[in-house]
Amino acid sequence: MLNISTKTPTGGFSFENTRRNAVLEANLSEKGYSAPNARKTGTTIAGLIFKDGVILGADTRATDDMVVADKNCMKIHYISLSETFFTLPGVAADADVTTQMMSSNVELHSLSTGRPPLVAMVTRQLKQMLFRYQGHIGSSLIVGGVDVNGPQLYSIYPHGSYDKLPFLTMGSGAASAISVFEDRYKPNMELEEAKQLVRDAITAGIFCDLGSGSNVDLCVITDKTVDYLRGYDQPVQKGMRGGTYRYKPGTTAVLTKTVTPLPLDVVDESVQVMDTE
Amino acid sequence: MDSHHSYSQVKGVSTGTTILAVKFNGGVIIGSDSRASMGESYVSSKTINKLIQVHDRIFCCIAGSLADAQAVTKMAKFQLSFHSIQMESPPLVKAAASIMRELCYNNKEELQAGFITAGWDRKKGPQIYVVSLGGMLLSQPFTIGGSGSTYIYGYVDAKFKPDMSLEEAIQFSTNALALAMGRDNVSGGVVHLVVITEAEVKHVVVPGNKLPKFHDE
Repeated sequence: MLNISTKTPTGGFSFENTRRNAVLEANLSEKGYSAPNARKTGTTIAGLIFKDGVILGADTRATDDMVVADKNCMKIHYISLSETFFTLPGVAADADVTTQMMSSNVELHSLSTGRPPLVAMVTRQLKQMLFRYQGHIGSSLIVGGVDVNGPQLYSIYPHGSYDKLPFLTMGSGAASAISVFEDRYKPNMELEEAKQLVRDAITAGIFCDLGSGSNVDLCVITDKTVDYLRGYDQPVQKGMRGGTYRYKPGTTAVLTKTVTPLPLDVVDESVQVMDTE
Repeated sequence: MDSHHSYSQVKGVSTGTTILAVKFNGGVIIGSDSRASMGESYVSSKTINKLIQVHDRIFCCIAGSLADAQAVTKMAKFQLSFHSIQMESPPLVKAAASIMRELCYNNKEELQAGFITAGWDRKKGPQIYVVSLGGMLLSQPFTIGGSGSTYIYGYVDAKFKPDMSLEEAIQFSTNALALAMGRDNVSGGVVHLVVITEAEVKHVVVPGNKLPKFHDE
């Protein structure tokens, strides 16, 4: 159904196709098929505040139901020059689009105010956007960064609620990771100890949750530097194959050989002249 | 964790909770637990603040979907401060409750949050208003709310006396919250109390190990 709109398009997501999708899905299920699912990143992400700043960690597996769609995807996204990053589990497409929208909004806002962005500002913009879409954007996030108010860590859920805490985990592996934090977190940890703790928490998620796996990415944010440690650790190494299934040529004996030529006749011949002027 | 929010009846993170407010001689006490849950089995925050200050002497406590409650209280705080600037005087508690009620009633299809608004103003002194899920506004001498409140209706009905002193009221609130937190799995953490009087607003936190213990603990 063509709908030629004379209004200028407003920004943001368009839900025009949801009715069409609902009808299609109903028709498909009658015949016994199911509609394709959006790719979810069942995941483990974690963040904690240490002595000099914030550390964010994530696994790198993106799953599509029970198949690993991406073995090394990036879940820690950069928001702005002034060291605010966020990590996102949830639906992969939603996560990507959310990142892009937020990056540009934050840049515009900080140009407009003439000040570096605050972590609380990023959080507020994200939560207001997610609340506006009432949970249909399936991304939950951890926002971490260092600004004039010091290091801060916020978690934002898909429906738009947020929380400010010294350590956080989200995603399908959150329960495994939070248990590691609950056991060993102390305020004002040193850098190496804190990195080890985040790595251990993500590793707990990788081992104990089916939706998380592959490598551990870390991002260390202090007021002076940002250190994106992609592939900081690979707790699971791919095993080496013991033997091969290759056979030498001649392994299978040839018993008989018959050649049948296929005669081809010309049926029709036509010439089309190309106009080259 | 991501799958939980589609199973639970409250969307997203919910403050399955126990909240209460009590009028005493000279002020009100408003109190809550500090747990936010996702589904029935995961505590997403042990230290969440459910007592939101919407003006100098007016507080709101929230129950239901955390996202909805945070959005509504932010909006109400803004509207109330605007109103009080226009009126050039501190707002009435009833004005604050009315603003919450307008927001809840006009958006009742989408929102899933209930509130207790309590505070002190010069016209009527200490007051407590309940704004429920669908937008009902009711004034009461004491009130309880949230999922944990069902376990303490008997206790509060038996133990409440009008015109209690401050110490009696604090003991009453702490006992009620401790009893509810002891029985309700989605209430817990610490007890947050805010005492609002004409002179000041005092925040009292009772950590888990200092809560009153009852016969079976």
